[in-house]
Amino acid sequence: MRQDKTAKRYLINGIALALLMAVSVCISLTGGNTIKLKVVPAVWQCCYLIIMAASLNLVLGFLGQLSLGHCGFMAVGAYTAALISLAFQRAGIYEAKSGAAFILVVIASFIAAGLLAAILGLIVGIPALRLKGDYLAIITLGFGMIIVNLINNIPFCGQQGLSQGAASSALYANGLGFSNDEKMKYMWLGILAVILCMTVMFMFVRSKYGRIIRAIRDNEIAASASGINVSFYKVMTFAFSAFFAGVAGALYSCCNSALATTSFAFTNGSILNSVFIVVMVVIGGMGSLTGSVVAAIGMFLLNYTIKNGAWVNALPGFLQGIFTYPMLVYSVALIIVIMFRPRGIMGTSEFALYDIPKWPARIKKHFAKEAAKSEKREEAAVNE
Amino acid sequence: MITFIQFLITGLRLGSVYALIALGYTMVYGIIKLINFAHGDFIMVGGYTLYFTIPVMMRLGLPGWTAVILAVIVCACVGMLVELLAYRPVRKKGTNLTALITAIAMSFVLENLAQAIPAIGPDPRVPYTLFSKTVTIGGVSISTATFITIIVSALVMIGLYLFTQKTRIGRAMRCVSEDKQAAVLMGINVNRTIIITFAIGAGLAAVAALMYIAQYPKLYTTMGATLGIYAFVAAVLGGIGSLPGAMLGGMVIGIIQSATNTYISSSMSDTFVYLILIIVLMIKPAGILGKNVGEKV
Repeated sequence: MRQDKTAKRYLINGIALALLMAVSVCISLTGGNTIKLKVVPAVWQCCYLIIMAASLNLVLGFLGQLSLGHCGFMAVGAYTAALISLAFQRAGIYEAKSGAAFILVVIASFIAAGLLAAILGLIVGIPALRLKGDYLAIITLGFGMIIVNLINNIPFCGQQGLSQGAASSALYANGLGFSNDEKMKYMWLGILAVILCMTVMFMFVRSKYGRIIRAIRDNEIAASASGINVSFYKVMTFAFSAFFAGVAGALYSCCNSALATTSFAFTNGSILNSVFIVVMVVIGGMGSLTGSVVAAIGMFLLNYTIKNGAWVNALPGFLQGIFTYPMLVYSVALIIVIMFRPRGIMGTSEFALYDIPKWPARIKKHFAKEAAKSEKREEAAVNE
Repeated sequence: MITFIQFLITGLRLGSVYALIALGYTMVYGIIKLINFAHGDFIMVGGYTLYFTIPVMMRLGLPGWTAVILAVIVCACVGMLVELLAYRPVRKKGTNLTALITAIAMSFVLENLAQAIPAIGPDPRVPYTLFSKTVTIGGVSISTATFITIIVSALVMIGLYLFTQKTRIGRAMRCVSEDKQAAVLMGINVNRTIIITFAIGAGLAAVAALMYIAQYPKLYTTMGATLGIYAFVAAVLGGIGSLPGAMLGGMVIGIIQSATNTYISSSMSDTFVYLILIIVLMIKPAGILGKNVGEKV
């Protein structure tokens, strides 16, 4: 019976993902100008934010360790992908950004970006994960800053890419940087990367490794007393998560024609920084991958519409004034969410497409329970 | 040789400012085990208060530095408000992790709130320069600000040490940081002690702000973020919860930064600061002067 259900779930999810792919291919083949200029770049941004948030959730939500330097791995991924693709271009493997050779190069650079980030995650994780809690947060922040700082000082990461230009924070010639036409043409690549990454992460979380790291999160001492090699699994999860951060970085370098290390700093004004990713994970739910996906898309849309949206202009004057400082809104929202739901909005629960038909019944049950609770409370008050 | 002495003095001066900030960090961390990310932003609050109050004080005929008294009061109030509005409710409900994330969020709130206030705004400001006289001894030029910074931070450290060792409130602070439950049983008002700690820590940030703007006369709303992180690194390096440790850590960080700036490259100073932190934490996880406390099951 149970097996049957699981099979059904997989079938439904598989169909949904196939549909998503089909829709994205259709859009990229037939879409008009508005879609090309507005929707497609947004989709690309969502793609890397989703992977980023989900990969941080592995560390923050499932392993229970706060990493404040996650964007450092993303920076490594972005620069690796950009430099590798640039090298292939210089070597003449592909001329224009099209054809089978180009797609192969792109995929190879994605994988290379992930692998290098994972290796770096291993190097960072082995010393860092000996510490816990606040110390770990500070030390990961330190590593994140060191990574960005080193990239700034490597000669071939600056100015003209592979030529030995002066050290600079920007990589101008980015082999992967897609124009809007190419973003549209290769939108399926981004979607495919998201689907693959999310699937692997889901399978990881639901495997025996996922169970182990959740045990470590809930009680490290008990976990180690039950024969779990705590430090091994911590470092492994860290490297695993860094891999996806690297892939997210590669996606980032696809949708930007120039890279600058300031985009991967601890904090900055834009939507992409280590803190903002933490905000996404916390709001979505620490320990809920679907929550991260929803939060990433939701926060992106919020950010996008605050900057370009019409609804802000419709608000009364003083509210508009607040929305000129979106970070203020996000941080107040974060504090409120943490006060009322310390584990994030979704908590540790996931939602599945298979369960959607059951939602009305569940909501009814939930309200019935609440009503019963309040009735009891009233009774207790009367009795007193 | 002159370069060497100059870099040493710059390092000590920078280190003294970090030490002042780190003292506040260490006190707050010692008592509630929370990295108060908003602490750096208290410096920003203090800096802007000084920006507005120094001219007023000058006009009243008082020396400019007396403005620091007002800044200390404003900062202490902000510190207590942050504790009351954000940290206390979260501490009741959540875990250490959620408290830490709240602290980060609070830091953003302060930074962006400052930007949203029309009188402050996002553009940098240049405050009135204090202690700008320079003394030259044997080819090495030292500004009065340097002397004052080093002396003030040493005095504050000693004063704070005596305060925590000798006074009633200081003893209560040490009790709460050692064992909160036991402190409650001994009749210590924990919440009051915590709020006093916040007030003192934030007040120190205002003093640090005075010292900072005497050296680098430039104010902007995000100035607290990097300063705060360096100061926290200093506190961790010296051994968190230890006042002499914070002082030592601050000096070490200041000298490392100044050494990298002088001898290597100013763009690499972050790398070296964090590298030293990582090495120290690998060898002595509790910091240079910290005590290593085992975990109870």
